[in-house]
Amino acid sequence: MKELIQQLCAISSPSGYENNIREAIKKEVTPFADSAEVDALGNLIVRKGKKGKDGMRILLSAHMDELGIIVTHVEKTGFVRFGSIGFVYPHYLPASRVLFLNGVRGVINHDTLEDRTKMPTIDQFFIDVGASSPANCPVKIGDLAVFDRPFLDMGDRIASKALDNRVSCAVLIQALQQVKQSPNELVFLFSVQEEVGVRGAITAAYSIDPDLGIAVDVTGVGDTPSAKQMEVSLGKGTAIKIRDSGMLCDPRIVRWMRETAEKAKIPHQMEILRGGTTDAYAIQSNRSGVPTGAISIPCRYIHSPSEVADIHDLENSVQLLVELISGPVKLK
Amino acid sequence: MSPKINPNSGMLTIGPAQIALLERLSNAVAVSGNEDEVRAIVLESVKPQADDIRVDAMGNVLVTCHSKAAHPLRVMLDAHMDEVGFMLVEDEGEGIYAFEVLGGVDERQLPGKAIWVGKDHLPGVIGAKPVHLAEGSEMHSAIPLKSLRIDIGPANGGKVSPGDYGTFATKFQKSGPSLFGKALDDRLGVATLIELVKHHPDNIELLVAFTVQEELGLRGAKVAAVALHPDLAFAIDSTPAFDFPRPDEKENTQYNCRLDGGPAIYIADAGTLSDPRLIRFLTQTAEKYAIPYHFRQPGGGGTNAGVIHKALGGIPSVSISVPGRYAHTAVLMARLADWQNTLRLVYTALQDITPEVLIPDRN
Repeated sequence: MKELIQQLCAISSPSGYENNIREAIKKEVTPFADSAEVDALGNLIVRKGKKGKDGMRILLSAHMDELGIIVTHVEKTGFVRFGSIGFVYPHYLPASRVLFLNGVRGVINHDTLEDRTKMPTIDQFFIDVGASSPANCPVKIGDLAVFDRPFLDMGDRIASKALDNRVSCAVLIQALQQVKQSPNELVFLFSVQEEVGVRGAITAAYSIDPDLGIAVDVTGVGDTPSAKQMEVSLGKGTAIKIRDSGMLCDPRIVRWMRETAEKAKIPHQMEILRGGTTDAYAIQSNRSGVPTGAISIPCRYIHSPSEVADIHDLENSVQLLVELISGPVKLK
Repeated sequence: MSPKINPNSGMLTIGPAQIALLERLSNAVAVSGNEDEVRAIVLESVKPQADDIRVDAMGNVLVTCHSKAAHPLRVMLDAHMDEVGFMLVEDEGEGIYAFEVLGGVDERQLPGKAIWVGKDHLPGVIGAKPVHLAEGSEMHSAIPLKSLRIDIGPANGGKVSPGDYGTFATKFQKSGPSLFGKALDDRLGVATLIELVKHHPDNIELLVAFTVQEELGLRGAKVAAVALHPDLAFAIDSTPAFDFPRPDEKENTQYNCRLDGGPAIYIADAGTLSDPRLIRFLTQTAEKYAIPYHFRQPGGGGTNAGVIHKALGGIPSVSISVPGRYAHTAVLMARLADWQNTLRLVYTALQDITPEVLIPDRN
């Protein structure tokens, strides 16, 4: 699991430019799937199995895009101004490093402010790529970059940029590899452009037209110093989502997930997220509605260049997913 | 197949006829939700060359120009017919009305503006408390909308009522290289699409949507995309140019786009990440035919591509805009050359496009 996550996190694929991560995921899933197709927006749709008696078409969705920054202007002095792709928080930027899709690396800093206690706004930041003018600048308007931070193995815990949402991609890949037989038609969606408004999931859910949906994404935690109150903690198991700011999970699905986890003795915890949502938001309101839930991976410092997750929570998530999709779905 | 047209051959020139059409469109009153006047001009203009014309439930005009090919690429073009404006909400007697704005009108720029009200275009003015009666603090801040009133005079009072529309009383003018008019966002796009219907290439199934209510939230385009279900889409709009020098002489790093820069191609705005294959295709086409272009700065704002690309199972989309200064005010200023180059870029893109454009991996 760690090697897979390290490999996936090392790839640069911001929203709208997911080719590289899609190719890497495609290689992992193809030997285990019946088909793997790319749709109009770049979503990777992987199918396995046929719908048998008591079976459902189950959509499992994990977004493969990550946060990015995009060049808006190269100044006369060679400093590079940028905007954000997805929710990039200014306080994670000073002295961060970025890696452009064309291979160029740079350092982020900001205008010298009168009031040094104030947090600069995105337009007060710039990237220094070592250029002194637009003529010798190796990047131009529209170029994209991602955080440049290597994977760190801390034993039970791992740190990297883009754990959101490469850890969930890894969970889906392993669930696909481990599911042996199922009465369900399984559709594994590695979606695009989640970070800018769950856009890939909107269109993919439309074409897939599932009977039931489960999104897999990271969720926040309440276990860091002076954290805002939240029940979820690293190491307490896979998180079963009750609700977030975008949707209320179908209570029957929540019950089904909880009972399955308890029966199979899989460590789990219940999750309510106050700020943030997932592909589940788009799946639930697709067409005439889809019963939808979510499995979440507890994650510290979300949207920072160094997010932290627990390897056992990830393994538990794979276990729970395999249990859930391997048998007939009984919602009550 | 029709012969490929060299865009510099003169066939795609903006001449007196095209400018006269733009003038008619700009002077027409079509505020979001009541696009009748522009719809009538569009229908009359496309009738001779369109294979199919339909007006849908929301008032969008959907035009099809069939291809001669067996399995043609379905290409959608979109331009919105509506403009920002006003709606009367309360009759206070003697020709004075409280009003609301429709769309992102720049509210700082309202007091004292001349306007037209209702289907007879009755002249009026937006009034505020007189200068000599304003208190000290009021002199330094924008006058809030609730302190403004539309005044059409007591004789015309009663000829219009709450629910009626109003717009800036601006008459279109061409002056040298520049075009001045209200609603050039997006009558420039509408005029461009009419021209493209007139000269439509037959290698593609051309699906042209003249849409409604863009300024209120891209409402018309959402249903037009479902109806037309294209393989890909181009949204043609106008985007603000903030390209004047800064008063403090620092470099202007937030110009959005530039007059005289040619068509502004979108990479990313608040609603859409343009399909990278279509961005590449447009820039290659521009370079092949020596058409000037530039990139709109990534940032906020949006076009109808924002709802088109999320329709159905997803539709690869990109937007191209004619730069214009002072958008959403009484007068938008654009350059004839920028409009001409926008028309040429979209035309050559349509004539050169093949299904292969969607084959390469996205980025």
